[in-house]
Amino acid sequence: MTRRALKIVKNGQPLALAELAPLAVADFRDAILAAVHEGDRLACLCADAQLRLFAVLADDAGKTLRVARTQLDQPRYPALTPACPQAHLFERELAEQYGIVPEGHPWLKPVRYHRPWTGGESQPQPLPGVMDFYRVEGDEVHEVAVGPVHAGVIEPGHFRFQCHGETVFHLEIALGYQHRGVEQALEGGPHPLSLKQAETAAGDTSIAHVWAYCRNLEGLAGVKVSTRADRVRGVALELERAANHVGDLGALSGDVGFLPTASFCGRLRGDWLNLSAEVCGSRLGRNWLRPGGLQHDLDHALAERLLPRLEKAWVETQDALELLWGAASAMIRFEVAGHLTPVQAREIGLVGVPARACGISLDVRHDHPFGPYKDHAVVSVLAESGNVHSRAWVRWRELSESHRYLAAALKDLGHTPCDPKPLPLPGLAADCLCVSLIEGWRGEVLHLAITDGGGRFARYKIVDPSFHNWFGLALALRGEQISDFPLCNKSFNLSYCGHDL
Amino acid sequence: MMHILLSRWRQGHRTLPYPKELPDLPARFQGLPRIEAAKCPEACRLCAEACPVAAIGFGPGGPSLDLGRCVFCPACVEACPEGALAFTGDHRLATNTREALVTTGADRYARAEALGAELKRVLGRSLKLRVVSAGGCNGCEVDVNVLGTLAWDLGRFGIQYVASPRHADGLLVTGPVTRNMELALRKTYDAVPGPKIVIAVGACAIQGGPYCYREEQLGGVGSVLPVDLYIPGCPPHPLTILDGLLRLLGKLNEPQ
Repeated sequence: MTRRALKIVKNGQPLALAELAPLAVADFRDAILAAVHEGDRLACLCADAQLRLFAVLADDAGKTLRVARTQLDQPRYPALTPACPQAHLFERELAEQYGIVPEGHPWLKPVRYHRPWTGGESQPQPLPGVMDFYRVEGDEVHEVAVGPVHAGVIEPGHFRFQCHGETVFHLEIALGYQHRGVEQALEGGPHPLSLKQAETAAGDTSIAHVWAYCRNLEGLAGVKVSTRADRVRGVALELERAANHVGDLGALSGDVGFLPTASFCGRLRGDWLNLSAEVCGSRLGRNWLRPGGLQHDLDHALAERLLPRLEKAWVETQDALELLWGAASAMIRFEVAGHLTPVQAREIGLVGVPARACGISLDVRHDHPFGPYKDHAVVSVLAESGNVHSRAWVRWRELSESHRYLAAALKDLGHTPCDPKPLPLPGLAADCLCVSLIEGWRGEVLHLAITDGGGRFARYKIVDPSFHNWFGLALALRGEQISDFPLCNKSFNLSYCGHDL
Repeated sequence: MMHILLSRWRQGHRTLPYPKELPDLPARFQGLPRIEAAKCPEACRLCAEACPVAAIGFGPGGPSLDLGRCVFCPACVEACPEGALAFTGDHRLATNTREALVTTGADRYARAEALGAELKRVLGRSLKLRVVSAGGCNGCEVDVNVLGTLAWDLGRFGIQYVASPRHADGLLVTGPVTRNMELALRKTYDAVPGPKIVIAVGACAIQGGPYCYREEQLGGVGSVLPVDLYIPGCPPHPLTILDGLLRLLGKLNEPQ
């Protein structure tokens, strides 16, 4: 069995389920393991209420996406995780959502602390954070428990550190506190609230999630979005990336006590967010996109007004960040903390900024281009040390790329007339699958839609980049000082709500 | 050191002059809705039918919009054939009561008023808030956080976010209160010494927002704790949040 047994799909293009013959369970497993062995990444593994399993594998270097499905006849199958660690959280999710037991899973713990979606009514409501945490025993070993409520304006999560003095042996992260039922809310949809729920799957990544959602609808409805609308969507996405990268670099500076850059970036982040607000009224890009095109276009006059503000924000951002790179005391702190190796990153299926910081070339805009990125390519930025410095450096270089895209787009958009408001989409194709990947500012945002015989969502799966990357943070902490946790954590800056859904 | 000073000079003094002057809000900003019931055709319910969160009701005086449920999507405005509904640029949306968030547009919107004399005496000059995200999407959290930056400089009003509930005078809560956060929220509240206040920020914290129909959440902070200030929005603009906080402390002396 090789990955040739898997069906190739294009990012955002529908595939009739009839063309995706179910593999036998053993073949499904073998094909996934073979593909991962050949270098593919397990981008998604999910089930539905009929005990169908779906897998999406990304061959980033080969610029190919592959899918497979199987039908379980009983709620158990031999786990992939022992041979393929990047499946670990997906398989925990299968067990929690549908009571499917991945037999032989070494770490089968809750993910979001909810009752099973099928037949769970009689079961008690699980208590969040209550599970068997991994413990290190020893005379001088101690455990530090933090959260769910943290000391700052930040989402809730529970962290358990196994420490020996200052040194962290292991960190285990228990999330699920933000679980509000996004995937289940989308089932049977699209509903009138679905667009808003996609926007708020991770509220600081509204554009990436809503774009992925819109592309799934457009793919399944057979609607092509205009080149202009795609370009404007790219502006929305790059503004979101720039604002968050500026904020993260400022926060990293703050975490090592380098206050000039922290203060400047705190304010500058708002200047980037306010550019989005000029177009759609919302600093977080709410109500900007809609299925079929845009809710708010970017006309000539607006583009002309935004351009000087973009340039000013960019000049001031450069000024603030050059201070940081020139501060040896800040750099040494960045360089010694939060190290991950490329081997670890590959094994756990790391995506986005932390993966590129380990030298792994992986960027949806480059590997599985969508929207404007076929014609207006962005350079995928890499660093090689896999530490806090590398993650900061990748953000900085990506900011520069985002600015380049934005400046060119704002100049070009002035020359083409606005699109009319898109019409409501026609019905979605029945019994189809559509997978849409967007490179959000944290990394790969994946939405997988599977329709039923009536063209409604039989299953809607969302994979925020944080879902892949939280375990990366846990690994990066091993052997570090516990006092460096805030710095390491910020260098990943992962989403709790995007994970918890 | 020289570089830092030069940068400081280049970047300039950037704290907003608010409340002396209002900062510029974007032209497409969605603030307090304007409802012109006189324009409504007989028995027309298109706006209410379009609303995904049932925020629009109809009384004898015409339509009313519940800003506590509203997720600030454009559905009602687009559905109205007569242009009777529009969001204005008025950012002042905070109220003291849940009922006051239901606006018919014609009435004066009952904006938040200052705390009672005793609470104002205790908290008026120094308000320390513990922020709890109880199922929020991080949207409200972003715009709550930004008030701490030098552009808004929350500290100059005597307001500060603190790390421990023991140091706090109240809670600022975002999110619909997921089942998984209920206990943590209650415990955090219990840890705040009295007298204490609770502020609900955003559509989720007021009534569940886009998740109001989900059983994984409890339908807002009011279902768990007594709320003293409601700040609607999805998410509210930082200026709307600051306006609400300053009203509660009686620090905005403007005619309504």
